[in-house]
Amino acid sequence: MKLDYLILALKNLKHRGIRSWLTLLGIFIGVTAVVALIGLGSGLQAAVGAQFGISSTQVLTVQAGGVNAFGAPGSGAVNKLTTDDVDAVERLSSVEMAIPRIITSGKMEFNDVVGFGMALSVPDGVERRFAYGVMDLEVETGRMLKDGDVNNVVLGYNYWKDGDIFGEPIVPGKTVLLMDERFKVVGILKKTGSFMIDGLVTVNEARLRDLMDYDDDVDIIAVKVRSEDDMDRAREDIEKLMRKRRDVDIGEEDFEVSTPEAMMETVNSVLGGVQAFIIIIASISILVGALGIVNTMTTSVLERRKEIGIMKAIGAKNSQVFMQFFFESGMLGLIGGLVGIVLGTLISVGGIVGINNFIGAELSPSIDFILIGGALVGSFVVGAVAGIAPAMQAAKQNPVEALRG
Amino acid sequence: MKKVEQKEVIRLRNVSKYYPMGDSIVKALNHLEFKVFQGEFVAIMGPSGSGKSTAMNLVGSLDMPTHGTIYLDGEDVSEFGESDLAQVRGKRIGFIFQSFNLINNLTVKENVMLPMMFQGTSFEEREDRAIELLKLVELDDRMDHYPGEISGGQMQRVAIARSLANDPEVILADEPTGNLDTKTGAIVMDFLKKLNEQGKTVIMITHDPDLAKDYADVIYWLLDGELDKVTKRKGKSFIDVTKRKKKEMKEKK
Repeated sequence: MKLDYLILALKNLKHRGIRSWLTLLGIFIGVTAVVALIGLGSGLQAAVGAQFGISSTQVLTVQAGGVNAFGAPGSGAVNKLTTDDVDAVERLSSVEMAIPRIITSGKMEFNDVVGFGMALSVPDGVERRFAYGVMDLEVETGRMLKDGDVNNVVLGYNYWKDGDIFGEPIVPGKTVLLMDERFKVVGILKKTGSFMIDGLVTVNEARLRDLMDYDDDVDIIAVKVRSEDDMDRAREDIEKLMRKRRDVDIGEEDFEVSTPEAMMETVNSVLGGVQAFIIIIASISILVGALGIVNTMTTSVLERRKEIGIMKAIGAKNSQVFMQFFFESGMLGLIGGLVGIVLGTLISVGGIVGINNFIGAELSPSIDFILIGGALVGSFVVGAVAGIAPAMQAAKQNPVEALRG
Repeated sequence: MKKVEQKEVIRLRNVSKYYPMGDSIVKALNHLEFKVFQGEFVAIMGPSGSGKSTAMNLVGSLDMPTHGTIYLDGEDVSEFGESDLAQVRGKRIGFIFQSFNLINNLTVKENVMLPMMFQGTSFEEREDRAIELLKLVELDDRMDHYPGEISGGQMQRVAIARSLANDPEVILADEPTGNLDTKTGAIVMDFLKKLNEQGKTVIMITHDPDLAKDYADVIYWLLDGELDKVTKRKGKSFIDVTKRKKKEMKEKK
């Protein structure tokens, strides 16, 4: 029986064509925003995370002078970390390995084109694999650096494929000048999607130290903890040790120990803010949509007084007249929701494909059928609730007056 | 020859309908009395303003009298609730209006099916019955057209088919030929006559005395909201059967 009212409702909506479509615009935009946002959620997180070079490896990083968002990490520090600090950290019981990292920018030249490169040091021996693992570095073409490489470098993906950095792509075998000294390119790193990592020049630590006059200075200490459960303890140990070594009190630290989780949390809190904002906009849109439905349905009741009169004259009860308008209103919401879900899903699939291309990942959009079902039911309910008052108004029309039109 | 049973279908007893109009009261109907028997073709005649439309609304349970009682098959309508009245309009009475009153978004067939939907009839049954009724009014070839696509005469025949959807006892026709030319009007009237001959009680509201005299068995003449006279067919002519109170009779003499 209810199906009859649905069919009748659809016929009436179809009959009103463009006005029906305009009415469901608000619901449609709101649902599109929510579905697209949630579908993109994990993809956005991965994309933003990748931009900051955050990997999932259980690693702590220590740097001096607090986190500096601009320029190379640790570059703003006055009181720099040293190799002694690295050794001291490595001696902690909760720490398995600590490696020094130098990250610095310098003059770079290729084919007589002068530019700047961001150089990253790579340690020797067993620490090399850890250093690569921390940043998920793998070779795309050529080979990685190995112990004993002196005047060899491995470049980030952007020097190879995005040849416009130095006018043309740099391939293994070519020579580049770093601080006016000649280096042979032996390999290119795989694309990571992070503008920082894809623009790196990796050089063996000893050679970079020498080239950049670093003496014993260290920009970042990358720390591998004994077990993942020891993350917090290791962090506390390191903080305690560094306070002592640098002679600072709690709360006055001129260094920072950060975990990937902490960095991810920062990213997530930014994303969370963006999501909250979009959800607020979407809610307002749905509210406006609901008011639009109230408006359209009220007008519709006034315009269709005669039809209501006819319905009553041929035996419709008040409840049946109510049902008719109630379903019509609900269908307006439902169709808005349906269109929104389709478009929102398309946007999230398109967005994920874009993110995948950009960061070279293989993410899939999170298409949640519970969410979709909920959105459909929700949009029907919004429409139906918006239709209650107009439908009641329709139901209580006096048949004689309604028939007059 | 059709048979008029002595079964009372509708009875109005001392029915009045007053409308407030500003400070005054308009007496649309005043102390109206009449009975309609099963199988009768009744015309309610009167010029505009005579109260005939008000009478139709009351007989059709679209409206309630200010005073007096209306009986349908012996039941007092004033005791009915909203949904009972809807039931009366849906099942016991079939309406035919001057301006057809079809729903424009629905096809001819869907219009005929609609009254049955309100009675909870299944879709298949509704469709079968609608096709059957459209055949009866010779419009089965137009059933998928919309009202806007057919002529006035055809629309009124659709309305006749719709009025029969739930097989009501009484057909209530309000100026059924009012918006039609003489020729198509005659076709519509012939359908009504045929229905009456098949046993339906027909009550027709009209301002046209010739139409009333051509088709009706009994004519109730209204004037200024009161019953002026009642005439009954006897062969080809009508005789005055007005029941007057003794006092009035004396005054007339």
